[in-house]
Amino acid sequence: MTTTEDIPQITDLDSLDGAIARLVADNSVLHLSQSEAEERSGYQAPTADGMGERMIMNMGPQHPSTHGVLRIVLELEGEVIIRSKPIIGYLHTGMEKTGEELSYLQGPTNVTRMDYASPLFTELAFALAVEQLLGIEVPERARWIRMLMCEANRISSHMLFMATNGMDLGAVSMMLYGWREREEVLRFLELVTGLRMNHNYIRPGGVAADLPDGWKGSLQRAIDPLPERLDEFDILMTGQPIWRERLQGVGVITAEECLTLGVTGPILRSTGYAWDLRKDMPYLHYDELDFDVLVGSYGDCFDRYAIRLNEIRESIGMIRQIVDRMPGGDYKIQDKKVTPPPRARIDESMEALIHHFKIFTEGFKVPAGETYAAVESPRGELGVYIVSDGSARPHRMHVRAPSFINLQSMPHMMRNSLLADTVAIVSSVDPIMGEVDR
Amino acid sequence: MDPLLSGDIGFAEILIVLIKVLIAFAGLMVGVMLMVWFERKLVADMQNRIGPNRAGPFGILQTLADGIKLFFKEELSPAKSDPFVYRLAPFLALVPAFLVFSVIPIAGNFSGDNTGVVTIAGHETLMQVADPQIGILLVLAMSSIAVYGIMLAGWASGSKYPLLGSVRASAQMVSYEAALGLSIATVLLLAGALSTNLIVNEQAGGRWNLWMTGLVPFVVFLIAATAELNRPPFDLVEAEQELVGGFHTEYTALRFAMFFLAEFMNVVTMSAVIVTLFLGGPNGPLFGITGWVSDYLLPSIYFFGKLFILLFVFVWFRATLPRFRYDQLMDLGWKLLIPLSLGWFLLVATVQVSQDQGWNPIVVVTSVVVIGVLGASLLRLSIRTGNFRRTEESEEAEDSHMSPKDPGGVR
Repeated sequence: MTTTEDIPQITDLDSLDGAIARLVADNSVLHLSQSEAEERSGYQAPTADGMGERMIMNMGPQHPSTHGVLRIVLELEGEVIIRSKPIIGYLHTGMEKTGEELSYLQGPTNVTRMDYASPLFTELAFALAVEQLLGIEVPERARWIRMLMCEANRISSHMLFMATNGMDLGAVSMMLYGWREREEVLRFLELVTGLRMNHNYIRPGGVAADLPDGWKGSLQRAIDPLPERLDEFDILMTGQPIWRERLQGVGVITAEECLTLGVTGPILRSTGYAWDLRKDMPYLHYDELDFDVLVGSYGDCFDRYAIRLNEIRESIGMIRQIVDRMPGGDYKIQDKKVTPPPRARIDESMEALIHHFKIFTEGFKVPAGETYAAVESPRGELGVYIVSDGSARPHRMHVRAPSFINLQSMPHMMRNSLLADTVAIVSSVDPIMGEVDR
Repeated sequence: MDPLLSGDIGFAEILIVLIKVLIAFAGLMVGVMLMVWFERKLVADMQNRIGPNRAGPFGILQTLADGIKLFFKEELSPAKSDPFVYRLAPFLALVPAFLVFSVIPIAGNFSGDNTGVVTIAGHETLMQVADPQIGILLVLAMSSIAVYGIMLAGWASGSKYPLLGSVRASAQMVSYEAALGLSIATVLLLAGALSTNLIVNEQAGGRWNLWMTGLVPFVVFLIAATAELNRPPFDLVEAEQELVGGFHTEYTALRFAMFFLAEFMNVVTMSAVIVTLFLGGPNGPLFGITGWVSDYLLPSIYFFGKLFILLFVFVWFRATLPRFRYDQLMDLGWKLLIPLSLGWFLLVATVQVSQDQGWNPIVVVTSVVVIGVLGASLLRLSIRTGNFRRTEESEEAEDSHMSPKDPGGVR
């Protein structure tokens, strides 16, 4: 495990050609049609008298370890995977289109349901995009609260990964341990936001509510036992020979291939390419925090596991820094056109009542324009692209969902691996199907 | 040979055998019921959960409740299944599991000149259902038949996941049977007999095979038995996360219950076999007491105590270890366990012969160790060469696969 000091930087775009050749040879579809991809990779379909031993197997959408409703069509020769193809859309609900019918205030309620394991990040990306269009600066305290909540959410999301990764590889106890730690963090999130998931807490203009009394104590109860528990994970998993055998050298991908496919997050970092938006394109106050971007060196499932495990440690350190530096002040912008007035003011002021009414019926108007805001979610670069026509609703909204894009890397990683590795690879990509299908 | 059957066989003898069969059957059923409960409760404890706690005190009747539920459920069979084999398979799995237990001595006084013979109503007999002279071979034979149950279940289901499960099952069980057999052979060298009664008798007075054979056969047997039982970390056959349910994916209701029962019964019986082979069976200090205490009470306490420890170990494996991958499982079996148990078998055999012939023990042990190290390094060399060749070949294949493709137009 190395840190930011020795990053291989890929500046020469021609080096990506080799990666494209490899991906094509592995029958990754890229932007080709399936028949084109088959032709280029020299793929021969099994015929009755030819390769008759091949078997097509559908893994999912109802399968214990496809993380929801992912379906993978596997072409097997014995247990070796010749070809695989992820098929998505079983959870598609048209959330981006729905977003165009909802006002900017209702927006976070919608986007928070995309990545249900780390809902605050989608809310944050949406809020940042809207604030860019509005041209407003949120108060200091709101920014720090957003960072605090996101890092706590990152811990809970990575804990979910720890749990499912352990379970997928047969270490069933790990599932319960991961769930246990996640539960503690969720308890803190619930205290602050009122909900365990789909928080709708980070909204354009700030956050929905100030941190409640006793938040520090609750946070400490959630965070303090974690380093010790992570050491236990190390004993149970990291140092376990069977675990290492199962993950090391499985699902290998290179930095060039990741860049070609647009893969980000722990998968890209596992290849040794230190790309983390919190460092490279800092938003909020991440540039003021002291933390390391963790990279791996082999780009295999074990590196991805180790990176996520250690990112939990980094997040704990960041949360401690944030708690120490948490400023006072407003938790949302005091602009009556954007954020609703406090409840008490409505009884006293006619103006406040009107603002309240306008915001919750029409919503606030956003100047025409388009913008893209991206944050580093636990799964990679999560971006929200909004086109505004000057009304109170987005004209077009698109979410760059890291799970969706990371999913593309699976056919390449799975090629020539065993059936048991499929599970490890799907698990290490850590897709959230709500975000993939939206 | 059971002294009960050496003389005339009359009504009393048949009655005694029948009672023994009944007790063994009922005991095994209750034991399996408790084992399922024990496993669920213990795993729950290790995972910070509560576990079954509704049916009966501490949820102890949970298995019974599950069994009743499964009994009343609808029997489904897939359209593409082979109906006869599909129905036969659960029995092929369950019946051998019962039969193995018949050769396990669960009590009897083996101290001093005693050979575990007890007297019931004036008839001398052994505290096991049968003591055939082939004894331990019966165990091996039955565990081989149990493979058919799993293999045929997967094949006859006419479905892909069970098929993969049954392919895994046949390969896994055949490979680990070899390691299992070789470590049993080491025990047989010391006992000089196949009969389980004689094997236990040989271990009387603390001469347990656990240390008499030098621990290695025990470890090999424990690992191979775990694989043979399809218990975690070797539960590839029914790997839930990969194959959904493996060979029993398409089974429902009572037929599924039979597989489930067979699996846990195999855990109990295999633990009992380990106790018999390596841990001295019902042997233990009797403090000079005679009568029913030394014939039944203390030996059965020792037997079940040892059994309990092994069952705990199996549950412990399940709670802590991730699952092996298919090729790693094969590597472990063929490249480590079989050579190790074979080498150890030869070592024990040499030591036995040298004791009989009165050879110099130091020379014997030194030469054996030298030959062993030589053999091990030769084996390692051949494995490494094989691996190297294979990677070279696959790289060549990759290159030839890659070269004619022109990536230029793709972007």
